[in-house]
Amino acid sequence: MKQFISFVKKEFYHIFRDWRSLMLLIGIPITQILILGFAVTDEIKNSEIAILDNAQDAASQNLEGRFRASKYFHIVKMLHTPDEIDREFRKGKIKIAVVFPKGLREDLMHGNKAQIEIVADASDPNMATVISGYASAIILDYQQEIISDNLPYFITTKIRMLYNPELKGAYNFVPGLMGLILMLICAMMTAVAIVREKELGTMEVLLVSPIKPYMIVIAKALPYTLLSLINTTIILLLSVYALKVPIAGSVVLLLLESLLFIIASLSLGLMISTIAKTQQAAMMMSIVGLMVPTTMLSGYIYPIENMPLILQWASHIIPAKWYINIVKAVMIKGLGFQSVIKENLILLGFIVLLIWGSVQRFKIRLE
Amino acid sequence: MPELVLEIDKLTKQFEDFVAADAVTFTVSKGEIFGFLGANGAGKTTVMRMLCGLSMPTSGSAKVAGFDIYNQTEEIKKHIGYMSQKFCLYEDLTVKENITLYGGIYGLSSAHIKEKMEKLLKELSLTEDANKLVRGLPLGWKQKLAFSIAIFHEPKIVFLDEPTGGVDPITRRQFWEMIYETSRKGITVFATTHYMDEAEYCNRVAIMVDGKIEAMDSPDGLKKTYNGKTMDEVFYVVARKAKRQAD
Amino acid sequence: MATIVVEHISKSYTNDKKTQIGISDLSFTVNKGEIFGLIGPDGAGKTTLIRILTTLLLADSGTASVDGNDVVKDYKAIRNNIGYMPGRFSLYQDLSVEENLNFFATAFKTTVEENYELIKDIYVQIEPFKTRRAGKLSGGMKQKLALCCALVHKPSVLFLDEPTTGVDAISRREFWDMLKRLKTQGITILVSTPYMDEANLCDRIALIQGGKILVIDSPEEIKHNYKHALWAIKTEDMFKSLIDLRTFNSTLSCFSFGDVHHLSVKDNITTKEDILNFLKEKGHTEIDVQPISANIEDCFMELMTKTNTSNTLVNA
Repeated sequence: MKQFISFVKKEFYHIFRDWRSLMLLIGIPITQILILGFAVTDEIKNSEIAILDNAQDAASQNLEGRFRASKYFHIVKMLHTPDEIDREFRKGKIKIAVVFPKGLREDLMHGNKAQIEIVADASDPNMATVISGYASAIILDYQQEIISDNLPYFITTKIRMLYNPELKGAYNFVPGLMGLILMLICAMMTAVAIVREKELGTMEVLLVSPIKPYMIVIAKALPYTLLSLINTTIILLLSVYALKVPIAGSVVLLLLESLLFIIASLSLGLMISTIAKTQQAAMMMSIVGLMVPTTMLSGYIYPIENMPLILQWASHIIPAKWYINIVKAVMIKGLGFQSVIKENLILLGFIVLLIWGSVQRFKIRLE
Repeated sequence: MPELVLEIDKLTKQFEDFVAADAVTFTVSKGEIFGFLGANGAGKTTVMRMLCGLSMPTSGSAKVAGFDIYNQTEEIKKHIGYMSQKFCLYEDLTVKENITLYGGIYGLSSAHIKEKMEKLLKELSLTEDANKLVRGLPLGWKQKLAFSIAIFHEPKIVFLDEPTGGVDPITRRQFWEMIYETSRKGITVFATTHYMDEAEYCNRVAIMVDGKIEAMDSPDGLKKTYNGKTMDEVFYVVARKAKRQAD
Repeated sequence: MATIVVEHISKSYTNDKKTQIGISDLSFTVNKGEIFGLIGPDGAGKTTLIRILTTLLLADSGTASVDGNDVVKDYKAIRNNIGYMPGRFSLYQDLSVEENLNFFATAFKTTVEENYELIKDIYVQIEPFKTRRAGKLSGGMKQKLALCCALVHKPSVLFLDEPTTGVDAISRREFWDMLKRLKTQGITILVSTPYMDEANLCDRIALIQGGKILVIDSPEEIKHNYKHALWAIKTEDMFKSLIDLRTFNSTLSCFSFGDVHHLSVKDNITTKEDILNFLKEKGHTEIDVQPISANIEDCFMELMTKTNTSNTLVNA
């Protein structure tokens, strides 16, 4: 045990003495989150809006006034026919269009029910989500007021997303980023750290000592596990406070699931370290073999549902995909453990397979 | 007065906390074999780097092959050859490709390279292996080839940084015989080594201790001054004065 | 009693689809408490042999044991009991002197204090720098630290792979003094080196070249067994006399050795006068010819030419 502790201590020395890499490891997720966060909050003001007022009554006038007064919107055009909506979007003049139905006031007074349509350009999904959210808020505000002085009127907003009906976006970014960052730190850093000992020649001395090979590996993995958990926490804090993406489900469950994925990534890194002979090779294998497929196939950037069938199958062997699913379920949808059992089992399967493979390949001797 | 290939006057290099080379002064003539000795960290490499135009001195002056090391480093690089134990040749290129590459780097015409290459391959009896990868050659052959390539462009002076480390005793001697021939052609040889018997092969030897030149003379002169039978004993007496331990 | 037993060990490498012999059919024993030197140039197979004995490589054929433990079957027992210093500097450059030493002590389930007596002589020399990072030490210092780390668990056998390569003459001398002191503590030492002059400091040596052992014996015996008459020759123009002497009728070989040439002759009837006359005829001046006895390098070169291994392709 003392052997093990001194080994872990040594690993921490390595990490803390290479403070540039450490800064990079912690800096990457923070900058990623902040870039996204600022991009979203910056452009949200004065979004160009067009209104198609089919009602032309008191209610629609009132709502139009509210949009005009809002600092988030800037009415660039009043439309007259539904065809114009599409035209304006194509010209790129507007980011959002609001359609008041015929007889809005009538519906509100007599049917107690009215439907207002919000059309958003979802080619930038993050923006579309946020803007339509603001638009809905203005309408709901109006609804609150008329509820208070009259009967329970009810307006429903129907949001129609153009160009990206799946709406992969802001809420997707956080789970995707978590998957990517954890993969980067755990797999790549573990692989590089183990291969560095081979390159330095220190592995030779360690092998000739009574230290058990599994101890070498666990001691290497431990600091990176801790670092990854810290990173997960940073990402979560930033996404809640900077990106305003709330954690709907249990935080504890989310952290435990992250730990599971961290272990899966570590075993991937371990596998790489048994193959690579130089640090550069380990780095390249991690980037080409892990980062690229993870970015492309995990659903982080491109929706898996829209991919060719063969790539959809390929995406099944990307551990990050399953983790991203878990994070979406727990963090965004607020679901419990029961709903992610399948994903958990798959990740567990990856871990068992990878560790078994690495143990088979781990050399107790030199080549 | 023979032509001077190296003229070094009070050359000094100061790093933040210590003086790596301290007012180093000496001259080396055309065709001379000059041995440059010193313990690890005595400042040999620092001086050699400055002379090759790889690092700027803090103060002092030096001329290499008649060019000033402050503002004519590009000229210097054209007129010197360099070979070190660590970096010699591209292992994944053939013998011919290595020669052609270096000839090309120094701006020799292809016809000239071809003609010289034939001659060189014959001298080294490498004609049959000319199209083999350098990786497959025995270490001794690699060293000889590396040296030949370092003087391929007929430089005024060639710097050799521990050229014979780890080589078998016969090859080591053949290597020095090549050095002799080179110096007879008028190329000055400036060499560092850890083999003290090799110091005997030099016309003159300088021993660096703690950044300064502590002793400089012909091997016989040094042996007389320090009352030693071999250069090994001389080196021991001189270099033991070192106070500096770490690099 | 033999501490290390090597029997018919062979190991070959494949490089560019060509099989190259690393070492072939080596056999020897090292006795308890002796300093055994593997002497030969780079690529002779020294590192391969040491790695097989330290259980890091598997031989293609043959058997070997250290302290009675088989290098294949009992590799764990061997790893617990030996000290190993690989050829390149293999300590953690970003850890301090102290941290490196403590780390290797715990790796071998011991403490620095427990075996301090053994490393004391060496450690006091680097103690003033104990908080310095290992990467910032000079060559000689690094080597001392590496030796401390290899000794910290009080091994019964010490394997040193080219500990003095690239180290200056003074540090080399100090290093061998340390080895001699370790020997008095009863530690068996197997050391490899490309420096022929270090052979004299070993109890017994194996001269190896091209993966084969040229000879195994004590340095004195090896020198004693040099068969030919040997002369040390000095002239005014050393380079010319070297070339000229090679054309001398009785010459077997002629090489420079520092400030003299060593001339070995084929027969025992060539006299000093013959050599003097030959050189005078060639126009040499300030001639000095002295009979000498062979040193290890003479022996190595003679054995090398005899077995003609100098130009075979070997794995470097």
